[in-house]
Amino acid sequence: MSDAAPGAGARLPETLRDHRKAAEAVARGLKSRYRAETRFRLYGLGAVALGMVFLLILFVTIIGKGWSVFRQSYVQLEVFYDPELLDTDGTGSPESLAQADYSALVKAALRKLFPDVEERPNRRQLYGMVSSAAGFELQKRLADDPAKLGTTESLWLLASDELDLYYKGRIDRTEDEVSRPLSDRQLDWADYLREAGAAELRFNRVFFTSGDSREPELAGVWGAVAGSFFTLLVTLVLSFPIGVAAAIYLEEFAKRNRWTDLIEVNINNLAAVPSIVFGLLGLAVFINFFGLPRSAPLVGGLVLTLMTLPTIIIASRAALKAVPPSIREAALGMGASQIQMVAHHVLPLAMPGMLTGTIIGMARALGESAPLLMIGMVAFIVDVPKSFLDPATVLPVQVFIWADVPERAFVERTSGAIIVLLAFLIMMNGLAVFLRNRFERRW
Amino acid sequence: MNKVVAEERPVESSDAGVNVKPSHRQPAGPDPTPQIGAGTVGIITVDNPIMSSRDVNVFYGDKQAIRNVSLDIARNQVIAMIGPSGCGKSTFLRCLNRMNDTIESARVTGSITMDGRDIYDRRQDVVQLRARVGMVFQKPNPFPKSIYENVAYGPRIHGLAADRVELDEIAQTSLQRAGLWDEVKDRLANPGTSLSGGQQQRLCIARTIAINPEVILMDEPCSALDPIATARIEDLIDELRASYAICIVTHSMQQAARVSQRTAYFHLGDLIEVGETDRIFTNPRHKLTEDYITGRFG
Repeated sequence: MSDAAPGAGARLPETLRDHRKAAEAVARGLKSRYRAETRFRLYGLGAVALGMVFLLILFVTIIGKGWSVFRQSYVQLEVFYDPELLDTDGTGSPESLAQADYSALVKAALRKLFPDVEERPNRRQLYGMVSSAAGFELQKRLADDPAKLGTTESLWLLASDELDLYYKGRIDRTEDEVSRPLSDRQLDWADYLREAGAAELRFNRVFFTSGDSREPELAGVWGAVAGSFFTLLVTLVLSFPIGVAAAIYLEEFAKRNRWTDLIEVNINNLAAVPSIVFGLLGLAVFINFFGLPRSAPLVGGLVLTLMTLPTIIIASRAALKAVPPSIREAALGMGASQIQMVAHHVLPLAMPGMLTGTIIGMARALGESAPLLMIGMVAFIVDVPKSFLDPATVLPVQVFIWADVPERAFVERTSGAIIVLLAFLIMMNGLAVFLRNRFERRW
Repeated sequence: MNKVVAEERPVESSDAGVNVKPSHRQPAGPDPTPQIGAGTVGIITVDNPIMSSRDVNVFYGDKQAIRNVSLDIARNQVIAMIGPSGCGKSTFLRCLNRMNDTIESARVTGSITMDGRDIYDRRQDVVQLRARVGMVFQKPNPFPKSIYENVAYGPRIHGLAADRVELDEIAQTSLQRAGLWDEVKDRLANPGTSLSGGQQQRLCIARTIAINPEVILMDEPCSALDPIATARIEDLIDELRASYAICIVTHSMQQAARVSQRTAYFHLGDLIEVGETDRIFTNPRHKLTEDYITGRFG
């Protein structure tokens, strides 16, 4: 073609000389073009399907392991509030009642149910069928109503975690006796109780209302939920205004120069800093330097604020950038000052994007555990936190703690806590969608 | 004389976006009154102008967008600025209310005065200036708020209404003068963006006249509109002339001929020719003007 002589029509490619040839060339290529398109669609579909499969596996395993935590085994016992055991000094005063050994009542009730259990080791096995918390339950009931002393009451008491596992089908009778937590004898008792209607699965209120415990049947997520709530509240209250203000300043007011470039690069880098580094920073600054208490949601919130800020700033700047320049021109052309332009026109339009960014940042903060380990929120905390300074832990750290415990009953609690965490995340995402739609519906 | 005004303020360079470089000043020649608007054919001055520019240069970074433009804006008159794309007519228009301030790389030299005061003076507040020199943009850009809010916004931020009743009156009067009232009076709470393109542009005009400016700048206000909407806007411009000085940038020579009394022809950053519209279109003196209006280019 390089040697094409002037006027040499014959040297032109034949597709250029003949319409039909051109059309044929197009037709020849069509098939492979469509094949390429189909192939690409299949790749995409495959990628989506793979993602869905993994999501499904996640949900199936988590829910499969965790659904049983929502029900807990209870055993019905005829409890006799025996004055001889409780009221040792014969006065019936609240002080003496408070000091009594209530687990002896449970033991007595169990002995009455299985009178032929004689030897000490066997009896100990028998006592292990009911949770050690049953005694506290009795103490509370008697303290509420001292008139019960000397009477008999039929009560549903919390079963021990092993018995609970058996009733949930997680202990296999055919397994070798030494490798399972319940002996043959205990399994016989358990079967007897179930057949007699004296054992049943009920809604597990304990799991949703109490804090952590060494006893699986007494351990709950409420402490972690409250800790997460306080921590995220601190994070939200600090990171949203600071992040939005920083974004507005950088996007609308700051002049473009070396300093703002430097700040921008640093913010982008901060978003990529491993979260545990923020934990170390929080430990050094908030706890060691400022002397704030360890394990406190306040410190956790501060650390997560540091972690969330870059996300919120970046999302807010993107939202501000997306506001059409014509709106800014319109406002400035009307004689609005810079701040009026931003507050009256730009911010309302950018708000949905900012909220979305904030909620994404919050969701990330809710699922964060590593930085909180550094500031002591990994401690074993039984009490439900009531303020920003009480020792607390958060849901993902609770998952981490329970995943480490050897008792088999904590497996379902770990999964249960994950279900609760996922439920909160889904709720937050739902809230994000709701808020976005609500704000956007205005125009 | 206006040249002297420009010379008297050599220290304004720190003012936003304005920078008078000594190198851009004319060397003091033997002529005691240097010719203003030397490169322009026609009479650039008018009696009792509301705004007048002298030797205005605008740079975007290193690129010079307009060169030594001197032009007076007359009261109660429509001046049309025409010329091929990139000739600097919009740039000049945006100098008149300092909208170029929003572009960081933009620099303006020379002087633009309003009532004898330099609008690029550091004592000139840009908010105040824009309240006196309103602007209507190429693409209708109502605020994404209700029709009422669009019109009430300016008076509210400038504190032009004493109470709600006055604000309502301002809104109604402005919409009436923009010829939009009858179409929207029953749906003032609807979003401004729900109107048609022509209605939106009239809403933008209503919004502008609601703050009662002295000058209205219009940057190709009809380029996004159909002919019927364009005709309505043109009629409106003709009515508004009684109360305001209007500068309109347009690509349509027919529009310039229909609505304006004076026409300025820009070419590659130079103001080539200024004159009565009738005279420019019937008897252009400069070759470039003639070529443009006879459709030889542009």
